[in-house]
Parts: sequence; structure tokens; C-alpha cells
Amino acid sequence: MTTGTIEIDKKPDNSLRLILAGEWKLGNTQHSAEDVFDRLEEQEVNRITFDSRGLKNWDSMLLVFISKLADACSRNDVAMDQSGLPAGVRRLMDLASSQNQRTGMTQGGERQSFLTLLGEKTLDLGENVKEALAFIGEVTLALLRMLLGRARYRRIDLTLHIQEAGVQALPIITLVSLLIGMILAFIASIQLKLFGAQIYVADAVGIGIVRVIGAVMAGVIMAGRTGAAYAAQIGTMQVNEEVDALETLGISPIEFLVMPRVLALTLMMPLLCVYADLMGIVGGMMVGVGMLDLGAMEYLSQTQSAITLTHFSVGVFHSFVFGILIAVSGCLRGIKCEGSASAVGYAATSAVVTAIVAMVVATLIITLSCQVLGI
Amino acid sequence: MGEPESNSGKDGKKDVVIEVHDLKIAYGSFVLMENLNFSINRGDIFIVMGMSGSGKSTLVKQMIGLKEPAAGRIVYDGISYWDVDAREQDKIKQRFGVLFQEGALWSSMTLAENVALPLEHYTSLPPTQIRELVAYKLALVGLAGFEEFYPTELSGGMRKRAGLARAIALDPDLLFFDEPSSGLDPISARLLDDLILELRESLGTTVVVVTHELASIFAIGTNSIFLDTEKKEITARGDPNRLLRETQDPKVLSFLTRGENERGEEKGPTRERR
Repeated sequence: MTTGTIEIDKKPDNSLRLILAGEWKLGNTQHSAEDVFDRLEEQEVNRITFDSRGLKNWDSMLLVFISKLADACSRNDVAMDQSGLPAGVRRLMDLASSQNQRTGMTQGGERQSFLTLLGEKTLDLGENVKEALAFIGEVTLALLRMLLGRARYRRIDLTLHIQEAGVQALPIITLVSLLIGMILAFIASIQLKLFGAQIYVADAVGIGIVRVIGAVMAGVIMAGRTGAAYAAQIGTMQVNEEVDALETLGISPIEFLVMPRVLALTLMMPLLCVYADLMGIVGGMMVGVGMLDLGAMEYLSQTQSAITLTHFSVGVFHSFVFGILIAVSGCLRGIKCEGSASAVGYAATSAVVTAIVAMVVATLIITLSCQVLGI
Repeated sequence: MGEPESNSGKDGKKDVVIEVHDLKIAYGSFVLMENLNFSINRGDIFIVMGMSGSGKSTLVKQMIGLKEPAAGRIVYDGISYWDVDAREQDKIKQRFGVLFQEGALWSSMTLAENVALPLEHYTSLPPTQIRELVAYKLALVGLAGFEEFYPTELSGGMRKRAGLARAIALDPDLLFFDEPSSGLDPISARLLDDLILELRESLGTTVVVVTHELASIFAIGTNSIFLDTEKKEITARGDPNRLLRETQDPKVLSFLTRGENERGEEKGPTRERR
């Protein structure tokens, strides 16, 4: 394959003839318009013409070269006569010329200063908090309307969401809670074995799991599994104008889409937490019985004496709060999703991050409150 | 900009159903259109034309209550939509049927459930009657027997037709179409045009259509406006066929003739050396 070549022929009338030859195709040797122009600047030039008789094949590479050359010519007040170029090149150059560009849409492209960005982000944050509060208010009103029997939603949707957030989550909750129970038992046994107090592994695992860890682990799993799914489902509906279609019918998307999801997860989370507690204790017991020479009945009896109704209630309360936080974060991110596929991905990621941060903050608040109240 | 220019019916009597006064379309500080004034008569097939990005779809979103205008009023039979409370807005919405660009069918529901939802929502008809109505509406758009299909199991054109069945579920007196023919083959597009004409003839439905399809514009349009991106206002209005003959605006003429009158008889670039 012959590469594209360029020869410069200086005329006595201070015009330059650029002789283009060979194959000007992508992948061949690149000619830089700037290099050519630097060479032209060394000589007094007022006009450029072309001779393309030797040109065999060309593609966008030639067009980009000519276009850059045209820019350089206009910057330096040099006339460019395109009549020597192939007709196809001339027409495509004409199509891409500045006269044919769309006007009236001059938004974007401006680089903003750090302070402007910081200010805008801060204002956005305030706006986001306001939006989140308004959303929570709307969901609360929708729940009240449902209790009064005035909400518009499909009962089958609620049933399906309960199934998805409940029974279908059991396998992953089982696996993770069993492993967390085992890990806790291993960690506790490291110290307790030194004193021959392995039996207290049951206390450590039982109280830890039932009071907070069971709820937190169930929450983290549901945030990643169900919260993200809510954001993606509603976000996709937003992108496909399905939410708009509901609104034009006068059906509130909060009642129809958000409320059944929030209700399903809020109802299911405490149940999942109780199940996670049970699996965590079983995991701890597997380590206790299998590796610490404890009897199964002995372990269960010790766990029973360690766990109080207060521990259990605190754990279930955690999960109830987590259920609301995860569902609201997921649905909020979905409803606020902008109209593109990448926005759906962002909404799902953002839903998980928001839910987990909110859960950690809620756990701290509940734990501190329990400390202060002596619970 | 004064009062909207009203259209006259065939008998010269005005029966205005929608009036738009001094409407402004803006995204934040970026103004797309301002001082839009027009009115739509009952039974009109009103075409909203303009280049891509001129705010046509946003205009329709403002008209159907999805996006509040930056300024101006949209009046339905004397009631200004954005100036009344949610309950009144809901009443106006009951008169709307909307076909979105991609159909916007609810993906978790079958076609029958999609078409049935508006009926369940706004009427207290017994389930058997709703089923019959759903079957009839689907048959009207050529989708008889597809009741139990989910939207994902259909082609783009079929989804759009199902969207139309849902839009006409409640026999609305105002139908809004956002790019109804896009993505449809010429025969389906023609059938859709015929259906729009039939709905207007038999039910007296007023139809607002955002479209670029010249064939549809000339076949069904009885009135139109052209949104000019540069001037940020309406630069032409009236029957599209009359506009084609009489307009002096080069941009409108260029739009209605696929650019041929602006660029001479140029047929686009062809490569000589390939």
C-alpha cells in the first residue's frame, strides 16, 4: 500500500500549490497540518491551491488534514482554493463547514472554577436533602392513603414485592448469616479459649448477632440486592417514560410504584432479621460444637440464657428502620433517575451507597440512644 | 405577544379546545422557546413541527401536565391547567390519551393489563366488560390475540400500536402523539395515520401530533405550527399543505421539502474515488 504524500510547490505570485498523491487513508502515515503550515509560514504565502491528480484513495484522514489546514489558513489570513481537490472532498468539507453547524444551542463546554463547582455542589446538596424530605413526606402520605383504602396500587404488585424481598432473599441470607456466625465464634474463641471459657462464645455470638449484627448483615444484603433492584426498576421505567405514562393517567407513581415496595421491604426486613439471627446462632453453634468441644444442648442453653427480649427487640427495631431506609433510598434514586442507560446504573449504585451510609448512621443513633436510655 | 391566533373551523365557527398563552420552554436559564401563542380547535389534527431540539416534545409534556412551563398558561376549555389544584388537574387529565415516543408500556404488565389499567382506574366497569373493551381496543390497532403478551415480547412497532390501544382506552377527546411514526415501516405508519383520521372522524377526537414525518404531516394535518430554534418562536402556522404552497419562510419551506428548496437540487455527497 502506497502512503499519502504531499509536495509543496512555490509559485512566483506567493501562492503555494500542495500536490497530494498516493493513498490518504486512516492507518497510513499521518501528515500534520500544523507541520505543513509551519513550513508555509517560513515563506511569504497569500494563497494555497491543490493538485490532487496523483491521489488514489482517500478517507476521513484527508478530510481532517484539509479541515485543519483550512483552520490554519483562516487564522493567518491565507486564501485557500479548494478547486483542485476531488469533488467528493469539497462537498464533505462544505457539509462540515461552520455555516452548516447548528446555532442557538450554545450550552456547555465552559470550564468552571473550583469555587463555582464547590458552591454548586453545596447548593445541590441542600436541594437533594429537600428532595429526599419531600419524597419521604409523599411516601408517608401514600401509606396513610393506603391505610384509609384510598391509595391506587395493584395488590398483586405488593404480593410480588413481598415475595421478592422475603422468601427469595432467604438463600443468600442463610449463607451470609451462617458464615458471619461462624466468624464471630472464631474471633470470640481466640480470647476465651485462653481462660478455658469457650462456653461464653455462645454469649458473644448470640448477643452480637441478635442485637445488631444480624440486622446489619440482613440490611447490607438487602441494600445490595433489593435496594439496587428498586432503583434500577424504577429508573428504567423513568427512562422508558413508563412513569410519565402513569402520571398522565393521574396515577401517582409514589402510590403505584414506591409505596408497595417500601411496604414490602419494611414488612419483610424484621422477618429476615429474625431468620438471620437464627442462622447466625446456628453458625456459631457449628463452630462451638465442631471445634470448641461444646455440646449442642449446652451451647443452645447458654445462648438462651444470654439473649434477652431487649436484645431481640433492639435487633428487630434496627431491621425495621433499615427496611424503610433501603426501600426509600432505592425508590428515591429510581424516581430521580435522568433519561439514560448510564443514569440507571448510577441510580442503582447510588441507592446502595446511600442505603449503607444511612444504615450506619441509623445504627450509631440507635446504639447511642440505647446507651443513654440504659437499654 | 398578544392573544393566540385562533383557527377557524370549516364553517368558520371557532370551537377552541386548547389555548396556549405566552408559553416559555426553558431548561434552567437556557431558553428554548418563548412567547408561544396558539390555539387548537375541536376536531383538529394539530401538528407541532420543528427541527430536533426545538422543544416540541417538551411542549407536549407541558400540555399533558408532566412538566410545568417556565412561564405562560395552557387553557383547556377555559380552565388554565397549571393554575388549578391537583384534583382539577386530574379531571383534565381524564380527557387525555397519550402515545409516547417508544410506547412507554408498563413492562411488568401484559398488554391486556396495560390497556385495562386506565379503565380500572377511571371507571367502575365489571371485569368481564373491561376484558371485552381491552380485546376490542387491541383489535382496533391490529393486535387481537396478543392480550397475554408482555411488551418485551413484541417488536417496536407492535409496542407502539399497543401504546395507542392504551391511549384510546378511555375514548379520550384529546389525543397526544409524540413521534407516532418513528420506527414504523411505511405501511404501519400509513395504517396509524388512517387510524388517527378515523378516530377524529368517528369520535371527534382532537389530536396533537409531534412529528417529523412529512408524509404523515401532509396526510393528516389540518393545522400546524413550526418552532424555529434560532428565533425561539413560532415562525409559521396553518394547514401544512397550504404552508407548503404559500410560506415565504425559507426554513419552513426547507423543512417541508426535506431541505431541497434551500440547497437547490443537491442530492448529497457522493465519493468519486472509492
